[in-house]
This record gives sequence, C-alpha cells and structure tokens, in this order.
Amino acid sequence: MTTMGTEQLFEQFKARAEGVSAEVHRYASESEAVAFVLRFLQDEGAADAPQGYALWAGGPLRDRIDHDVASTVAGLKLAVSRELAADARVGISQVEWGLANTGTLVQDSTAVDQRLVSSLPAIHIAFVPTDSILPDMGALLTKVDPQKMGYITMITGPSRTADIERVLTIGVHGPERLVIVCVDDMEPDGR
Amino acid sequence: MEHEFRQSVRRAVNNANLTGALGKFSEAYRVNRLKAYEGLDFEALRSRIAELKSYAASHLDLLAELFKQNAEAKGATVFRTNDPAKVREYILQVARDNGVKTVVKSKSMATEEIHLNPYLEEAGIEVGETDLGEWIIQLAGQTPSHMVMPAIHMTKEEVSDLFSKEVDERLSSDIPQLVKVARGQLRGKFLAADMGISGGNIAVAETGSIVLMTNEGNARLVTSLPKIHIALVGIEKLVANFADIVPILTALPKSATAQLLTSYVSIITGPTPNSDGSLKDMHIILMDNRRSEMASDPKFRQALQCIRCASCLNVCPIFRLVGGHVFGKVYTGGIGTILTAWFDELKKSEDIQGLCIQCGNCKEVCPGKIDIPELIMEIRRRLVQEQGLPLLQKTIYSVVNNRRLFHGMLRAASIAGKPMASGGFIRHLPLFLADLTDGRSLPAIAAEPFRDRFRKIKQPAGLPEKAAFYAGCLIDFAYPEMGVALVKLLNRAGIEVVFPDAQTCCGAPARYNGAYEVAAQNAVDNIEAILGEEVKYVVSACPTCTVALQHEFINTFESLGQTDRLPRARALAEKTVDFSTLVKRLVDEGRLTLKEGQKLGAITYHDSCHLKRTLRVSEQPRELLQKAGYTLTEMFECDNCCGMGGSYSLKLPEISAPILQRKLKHIKETGAPTVAMDCPGCVMQIRGGMDQDGAKVEVRHTVELLAEQVK
Repeated sequence: MTTMGTEQLFEQFKARAEGVSAEVHRYASESEAVAFVLRFLQDEGAADAPQGYALWAGGPLRDRIDHDVASTVAGLKLAVSRELAADARVGISQVEWGLANTGTLVQDSTAVDQRLVSSLPAIHIAFVPTDSILPDMGALLTKVDPQKMGYITMITGPSRTADIERVLTIGVHGPERLVIVCVDDMEPDGR
Repeated sequence: MEHEFRQSVRRAVNNANLTGALGKFSEAYRVNRLKAYEGLDFEALRSRIAELKSYAASHLDLLAELFKQNAEAKGATVFRTNDPAKVREYILQVARDNGVKTVVKSKSMATEEIHLNPYLEEAGIEVGETDLGEWIIQLAGQTPSHMVMPAIHMTKEEVSDLFSKEVDERLSSDIPQLVKVARGQLRGKFLAADMGISGGNIAVAETGSIVLMTNEGNARLVTSLPKIHIALVGIEKLVANFADIVPILTALPKSATAQLLTSYVSIITGPTPNSDGSLKDMHIILMDNRRSEMASDPKFRQALQCIRCASCLNVCPIFRLVGGHVFGKVYTGGIGTILTAWFDELKKSEDIQGLCIQCGNCKEVCPGKIDIPELIMEIRRRLVQEQGLPLLQKTIYSVVNNRRLFHGMLRAASIAGKPMASGGFIRHLPLFLADLTDGRSLPAIAAEPFRDRFRKIKQPAGLPEKAAFYAGCLIDFAYPEMGVALVKLLNRAGIEVVFPDAQTCCGAPARYNGAYEVAAQNAVDNIEAILGEEVKYVVSACPTCTVALQHEFINTFESLGQTDRLPRARALAEKTVDFSTLVKRLVDEGRLTLKEGQKLGAITYHDSCHLKRTLRVSEQPRELLQKAGYTLTEMFECDNCCGMGGSYSLKLPEISAPILQRKLKHIKETGAPTVAMDCPGCVMQIRGGMDQDGAKVEVRHTVELLAEQVK
C-alpha cells in the first residue's frame, strides 16, 4: 500500500467514524498517543473511586509502556477484572484494524478483558495503527481467521438506540463515547 | 374477512401515535436508505446475497451438518431440531442442569417464534429482554410491532409511564433520560444473569461461527457476561462460507435502518474463556420449524433468502398505516405474511395476506431479491385452492367468465347507476366486484362504452400499420374518451387501430383474489380474441392490463400447469406494448409530431405501480409530456401507490383512503394544476379523491393530454 493510499484511507475512516459520532485523533508516535490519553484522563478528572477510573486491557502498546510511570497516573489501572470493569468510567484497548468505508474498528477480542473494557465503561478509548486501516470488510477477510479468533468484534461508533420514537440516543448498554486514537508509527508486533 | 381482524385494522389506522411514528420513519427511510447505498451497486450486491442464500437453502441439510461438526470441533454443543417444543425443552434443561435463575436475552425473532419467554417464566426462570425496544414491550406485556424496531408504536410518554412503574419513581418523558434509566436497570441484570440467550444473524457452516449485530451493545454483554450462552438460530441463517458474511453485513444495516454498519458486530466461533478463567458453556440450537419443507417448495424456497432486514416493512404503504400488530404476534409485514403462513399455518395468513395491495415497493428493495408480492399471490392461490372462493366472489367470477353476460351487466349498470350519479360519479360499480363501498366518488359507467363508440370513429384509409387496442374494462366502460384519444394518436402516426370485440376482462381482479382458474379462462378468451387479428402491436393504456397480457397470462398458465397454452400466451406477450412506450418510440422515430413551442404550465406525474415496477416505464411519459410543452414538477413519493389496487380500495377502504389522502397531499403540494398518470385505475382513484377534496387539480390520463397536443 502506498503512503497516499494510507492517507486516503485514514481520511475516509475519520469521516465515516465521525459520521457515527466517534471522536478520531491521530498521532505520529506511540508516546504522543499515550501522552494524549493520559491528558485525556486528567481532563476527565480520572480518579481511583468507582465510576472514576480507567482500565487498560492488555495489548502490545500497554505492555510496552513504563508500568512504573503508569502507576503514578491518577485513576489508571492496568489490571482488568469483571468487577473492576463494571465500575470503570473509561476502558482503554488496542484494536488490530480499521475499516475505512464504514469507520469501523476490528479487534480479535477472544480475551474477555478486551470486551469488558470496550462494553461496560461509559467511555472507550481505542488505539489503532493508522497503517492497519483497510479499505473495507472484503479486505479484512484475508486478515481474520475465525479458527484462530474465537470472538471477533467490530465497533462502529458508540452504542446507540432509536427505540423510543425513533430518536437517536447515544449510549445504551455500551459506551456513550468512542475515542479513536490512530497511531502512525505503531510497532508491528502483535498484529 | 374476520370481524376481529377488521377491528384491529381500524384501531391501527386510527392510532395517531402509530401512524405518525411509522409515517415519519418511512418517509425518512426512503431517502436515507439511498444515501446509505451511495456508491454501491445494489443490484450486484443483492444478486450475490440471493445467490449465496439460495445455495444455502438448497443445501440446508449439508450446511447444518457441517456447521454442527465445525462448531463442535471448537467446543460448542450444537442441537438441531425441527420441533419448537424440543427447542424450549432443551433450553429449560440446560437451565435446570446449571441451576439458572435469571436469563438475559438479546433480540431474537426465533425465540419470539417459539414463544420462549412465557415458557421459561412458567418454569420459574426470570427472563430479561435487554434490547431497549424489546424490554419496553416486555414491560408493557405486548408483542413486537416491527422486526427491527419492536416498540415503534409507543410514545415516550407511554415509555415513561412503564419505566416509572418499574423503578417506582415518577420519571419525565425526556428520551435520553429514559435511555439512562434503562441502562441502569438492565446493567444489574446483565451482571447477575446466569445465562445469556441470543439469536444469530448469520451462521457460517465452514467455520461454525455465529454472527450477531446490534446497535446497543447488548448482544456483546449477553454473550460475554453470563457463563452460559445459548444461541437460537433458524437454519435459514446458514451460509456456506465465511466470505459470505461480507455481502450480508454490507446490506443488512443499510436496508434495516439506513446505517452503514451496526455499532457492533460479534463473530463468535466456539466458546471463549470467561473472566474467571473457566470456559463458556456454549450451545447453538439450529431450529428448522418447517424451513426445510419451505426449501423443498419450488415457489417458496426463495423466501429463505430473507436476511430479516425488514426493509419490506419500511417501504410498504400499508405497513406504515397499520404497523405490525395487525399482522400477528411474531413476523410482520410482507415477508412476515409469508413466514406466518409457513411457520404458523396457512390459515393464519388468510386475513393478513389480504393487506397486500401488490404495489411492488418491497420487491424493489429486498436485499435477498425475494419476489414478495408474487409469493403473497401464491398464498392467495393456495388458500382459494384449499378453501374455495366465498360465494359472492364465485357468483361474480361466473359472470366475469361469461363475457356477454358481464358486458351486458355493465351496460345495464350505466342505466341503473344514473339515479345515484352526480357530476359523473356514482356509488356502485359491479366492475370491481365490490362487496362494499363506502361512498367515495366512483365514475359513472359511460352511457356509450368504447366498443360502441369505436365503430363510429372514421380512421383514415390506407394506414401502413395495424395495432389491436386492448381497452380493459375501465377504458371500455368508464373512460371511453381515453380510447378515443389513443386512436387519434396512433392514426396520426400511420397506424390503423382495430378493436377485437371479443376481448374481455384481463383477469387481474380474479388473479389478485387467488382465483387463478377464472383468470386462466379470461386469458384464453383474450388470447383468442386478440391473436385473431393480423396486427403489428397490441397496445393498452392500462398498465394492469398490459402486465396481464405481457406477463400474467403466462404466469397463470404456468402456475396451473397449463403448458400447452404457453406458446400462444408468449406470442401475445411479444406484441404487447404499453401506450407511453409505443408513443415515445413513434415520436423518436419522427412518425408522430407534437405541437412545438407550447407553454402549457406545470404538471406533476404519478407513477402507477404496474407501469413503474413491472413494466419499468417511468421516463417515457415524463419526456412526452415535457416535449408537449408541460413543465414537470415532481411530487414527493411520486411512485408510491395511490391506494386503488383494483378491488382493494373496496375491500379495505379504511386503508385505501389514507393512502389516497397522502397521495392527494403530495400532488397538491407541487402546486401544479394538473396531475398526469398512465393508468385508468389510478385516474379513478385520484380523480375521485380530488372530487371529494374539492381541490382544483385536473386528473388526466397521459393519452388524453398528448392527444390534445398532437399536430
């Protein structure tokens, strides 16, 4: 894929994801992306109390950050459990792919932690490698293998309903905010 | 028609909340659906879906077995049964074996189909619906009114009352607040539930995967939080290959709610570990419940191509008036009528099949390429075959099948109708086989039918070509002036018109009531009458008649197995052409010239169902009218049915009338003083409506307008 292709795919991805009320950010490096998220948590007033903290599910990026530094950030927890997830305000995870034509995130979420942090908290922050944004679902088929992935998740915007009088309302059972952080220079492991 | 059914129709059309919500949604849906499909080749996409689903439908056994093997190899338990009772027992057994006290469900029509909730509740298990719409109707003790939007019939005030009772606190009717309350209430249920029950949008044989789509995210929680997951999947959800999910995932959300993709898609292949490290206890039930039987029926097999998007409901002019409850408790709308006839019983569809006006909107948008109107006709045919026709209809058809008697009665009606006629309208018209009328303006039977007037028309001698004119009952006996206009136009183009006297009713009224034998006799009589003439064209100015001559004679004979009659029917079909298509061709060839430089003012055009969606003609009349000097101003929903539908308007006036009102409103909103259309049936309906409305809008057949402007 040419660089130009990546740019176009990102632009389409961003437009489509924003079209369904997701927030899209883009950073050149992992450290800038992580810094953004830490700032975000601070701005949101993250704290250790129930309904106040963020939970970061395992993944290449989380595993690479300095856990000593992370432990000093207020309201950020790196260990996931069902009980913790039920009371978290923010869930953070890393997904493998994006789909440009629908603004979709795709993740191998065989590990239940990945699902817990992206479905129970009110805010879900997802890192995605910018160069893993694929044109569409057809392109995804060559990447995912259901034989190896027991639970594949696609996420397109925050949780929504229109079940009362057809009025679009964001945030029913899942997150009411989806914050997507595209990282240009993501290290290639774990994809 | 059952009294109870009639009552439910009246209740529905008089429910302003229901018709308001559905009306608004359906209007927005048409526009948004097109936007969602922008840049995509819908025809190619639906051909692909039809192909892969059709393959699956003809290999159900094989795919079910393959699915079972593959899902079990991954550690799921697969149970396959034809019997809804066995499904219920199986689920209860799994619950009992594991001491399950509470269940959370994500939306599943299959569980509705087998009435699972009351069964489990009777056994002492608490069942919580978690889809917001499903939860609302569960609290209200109702059934879904729409396959995708189950509570579309309820107002926020009603929802607020329900929720207030549930949380024992007076809530406002602010929708975001209500949604928050639901989130809070259901969150506890999710976390506490011992078992999750889901449906399945797709089941992939090749991998043993099930695919679930939701917007709210409840299916993710249902399949992630409880330690037991049971997926109930109708075997028609099977596809052969993993790649087959792409076209379905592409079309389903666009067709269902005009979304590019639902917020969440889960592809689950075998059990995955729970948060405590134990492995999920995963069961998949493949339910048949007559689907295999359906697959072996040559006509109905295609119904298994349905992906349950409900777009046939969303575009249906009837559904948006009556909503789902009129259709029954589970599957609703066009496809619901068909599924009810099979999954429940044919008899249950007796009333609801009559709701279909055969406008063809649903067939245009179906992503599974199912000919829903045709299948509903087939239900009608089988009902008549099984139960026979009501006595009144039988009497009428015996008349229709005797041309002399039928036409004699029509002539008599022109005299009998006179005392009641006012301003060219009468109340009774035996022509439409009415068992009742409700006093809307219907045209008087002409004092002199076209067949008599025709003899007095002096056509120029020595015209090089010949066309047979098939008038149809309405032009012949109610609007002969349309026939006169047509003769004038064709004569100017050098075509002599012949009128085969022995032509009779095209058989549409009988056919649309399931009386195929009667329709076949009409077809035989007409074929003999028309093919007796040596002509180049057979032309009609009634799209319903044209469709009969071009398509339905053949289809009727095929349905009845009368193959020996097919060659003559095909010979007739080949010569048959609708008036606008022929005239457009004649104008293009320079054989017919319209006056030049005319400034005739604004006009709006109403597309008749059969012309637009069966004959695929919509541009020709518009181009001709503009060429003649009219300025075209399109109305909103120009190709939506006017509510006539032959005898429909007389059988279900409570539905036909509001459809007509909507059409009149859209016509008037254009401000054009004239509305043109190509169908005498539509003229009858819309002119009658305008007459009652008092609006000064002229309702004309295109043939008359053009005949006025020919050089």
